[in-house]
Amino acid sequence: MNVALRSALDVMLERDDDVVVFGEDVGYFGGVFRCTEGLQQKYGSHRVFDTPIAEGGIIGVAVGMGAYGLRPVPEIQFADYVYPGLDQLFSEAARLRYRSGAEFTAPMTVRMPCGGGIHGGQTHSQSPEALFTHVCGLKTVMPSTPYDAKGLLIAAIEDNDPVIFLEPKRLYNGPFDGHPDRPVVPWSSHPLGEVPEGYYRIPLGQASVRREGQDVTVLAYGTMVYVAEAAAAETGIDAEIIDLRTLLPLDTETIETSVRKTGRCVIVHEATRTSGFGAELMATVQELCFSSLEAPIERVTGWDTPYPHAQEWDYFPGPARVGAALRRVMEL
Amino acid sequence: MPDDAALRFHVPEPTARPGDQADFSYLDVPQAGAVRRPAVDVHPAEIRDLADTLIRVMDDNGRAIGPWATPHGDGQHDVEDTVDQLHAGLRAMVKTRSYDDRMQLAQRQGKSSFYMRCRGEEAIAVGQALELGPRDMFFPTYRQQGWLIARNWSLVDMMCQIFSNEMDRLHGRQMPVMYSAREAGFFTISGNLGTQFIQAVGWAMAAAIKGDTCIASGVVGEGTTAEADFHHALTCATTSRAPVILTVVNNQWAITTFQGIAGGASATFASRAIGYGIPALRVDGNDYLAVLAATRWAAQRARSNHGPTLIEWVTYRAGAHSTSDDPSKYRPNDEWKSWPLGDPIDRLKAHLIALGAWSDQQQTALELEIDTEVKVAALEAESHGTLLDGRLASSKSIFDDVFAVMPEHLRQQLHQMKSST
Repeated sequence: MNVALRSALDVMLERDDDVVVFGEDVGYFGGVFRCTEGLQQKYGSHRVFDTPIAEGGIIGVAVGMGAYGLRPVPEIQFADYVYPGLDQLFSEAARLRYRSGAEFTAPMTVRMPCGGGIHGGQTHSQSPEALFTHVCGLKTVMPSTPYDAKGLLIAAIEDNDPVIFLEPKRLYNGPFDGHPDRPVVPWSSHPLGEVPEGYYRIPLGQASVRREGQDVTVLAYGTMVYVAEAAAAETGIDAEIIDLRTLLPLDTETIETSVRKTGRCVIVHEATRTSGFGAELMATVQELCFSSLEAPIERVTGWDTPYPHAQEWDYFPGPARVGAALRRVMEL
Repeated sequence: MPDDAALRFHVPEPTARPGDQADFSYLDVPQAGAVRRPAVDVHPAEIRDLADTLIRVMDDNGRAIGPWATPHGDGQHDVEDTVDQLHAGLRAMVKTRSYDDRMQLAQRQGKSSFYMRCRGEEAIAVGQALELGPRDMFFPTYRQQGWLIARNWSLVDMMCQIFSNEMDRLHGRQMPVMYSAREAGFFTISGNLGTQFIQAVGWAMAAAIKGDTCIASGVVGEGTTAEADFHHALTCATTSRAPVILTVVNNQWAITTFQGIAGGASATFASRAIGYGIPALRVDGNDYLAVLAATRWAAQRARSNHGPTLIEWVTYRAGAHSTSDDPSKYRPNDEWKSWPLGDPIDRLKAHLIALGAWSDQQQTALELEIDTEVKVAALEAESHGTLLDGRLASSKSIFDDVFAVMPEHLRQQLHQMKSST
């Protein structure tokens, strides 16, 4: 997926002189996850550059650059590091258009790796997507395949509003179904790893049905899409798996159509449970599909604890937990 | 020293509280003209002493003295040109004060919810507005309305924002005084402190990336130098040699806390720049000529790719923080009268009189003319609505501009609001 992301950045740097890419270790070295490798060499250090270790500064300069007329694409090295930049994101980038009567805007795409499964402990594993969806004025995206990652990143950069672009770091090198003991199949030899050259975009706000099914709808995004697929395969339950791709704006139409068809819904995410995005999804499904529901909606999430280091597979909501939830909703 | 001595916790206290004699003995005020004017390409390490002194141009008799006294720092003086510029500055400062008084009164009359005056600090925004170019971008705090007035921005437009009325271009979304005026080079005011400082740096970095010729100027109060954004700004500005002027308005008071609570009793705010390798100027902010000269120096430095400058404007907040504040509760009532740097309007007026280019009668006539202009503008703005008559910006607009294109969930909420009222 990092190759696809690099390709998207390459395409946009080539197409639009106003696109600039920057962050910690992003320039000369090409990013700790190699998403910007070779881009400084190709486009110059005035387009792709290293910044001081100051997330508030990184987002703050992006606001100023966006107001000037650039399309900044800052990288936050880990989503866990974004908190010092939240004031600039929440109070500034998200509200510039509103508070100035559209005189000033802050288009930017803030990329950040999220999620666990790489022994990152509590400071390199978090999934803070719910913080961003709670803030009006931000769009929030999390792709699950290289093809989507490229098309969504291009759409995000072209978008005139600030977009939070969360990249499940466990998917950078290949899909991950929640079985850490199995070898990772690299994207290069995976059918979903095929990414066209050049420009294409996937509109923000459109979910994708990853597996059609009749029994139960699974709402997932990022790494959890593969976990849900594994759970469906292992339980033999005919689940319809929806990859939300964009969390805000949310594709409620695809969700509603599916849940009305299946009458059951399981929501999965890696982030902590309480006030997580799953709660929003649960409320939405209840509002839209109450009369079609045959069983209570289930949530499978990370526990309400910090992401532990040595015990990360006890924390991670893997296929066994998702499968158990599928069975529970099917019993009713 | 005994190892077991009890540790003492220190909370700085101002030199005077209500009932005390005002005491500004902590402020060392050098003679006008005493500070050298370095070349704009000077290495910051060579002028570290300028962070600890005070650049002043006008002496007590209103004469302009020393190396910062001539427009280009080269000793050449085009009097005609200068006098016209100074008249413009005086007019803008007088208008700013008159506007402030009128809006303060309007708030007291219940026509708006809130107001903030800049009394005593007018020279800082006005001087920068008239010194910097039309395409330069100013990233202001809430006390820099003098910029808009100096650039002849419509008073009616500003007042409609104060009244949140039907003509408010910001649709009543922002608290009074949080203007936005891109055409005047005036960035939208946040309300969260210090955020604009690093944004000014980002804007300047963008200008440099694009090979543009315009620069940015960012402002914070001395209290806000404690925020991380201040330090982000200095770090990012020095790293990228951003073409930006970063200024600290040290008006001695951050709402109720004196400048010592932000660390001002330990070192000057200008000296914060030294560790970042940024040149620092500490300037008499009530000396209009010094404001012009320092702004020009920093702008020339930025425009010639020598990077950022930090300027501390030393001034005094003569009025309350806002209409919600009562300074008599925490500082001597008459402290302003003892302020050693005087009043910026009086000082520029004295200078023009010393030049033979102004008189007390002209000043009186100017003030009368401006009070009338402000009053006429206020009547027009009030005709579009105030809090009193309830003709406020439409509630329908509250869903606009959250995003460039209204998404479905906001469309639904707008519909819900309409059908519930």
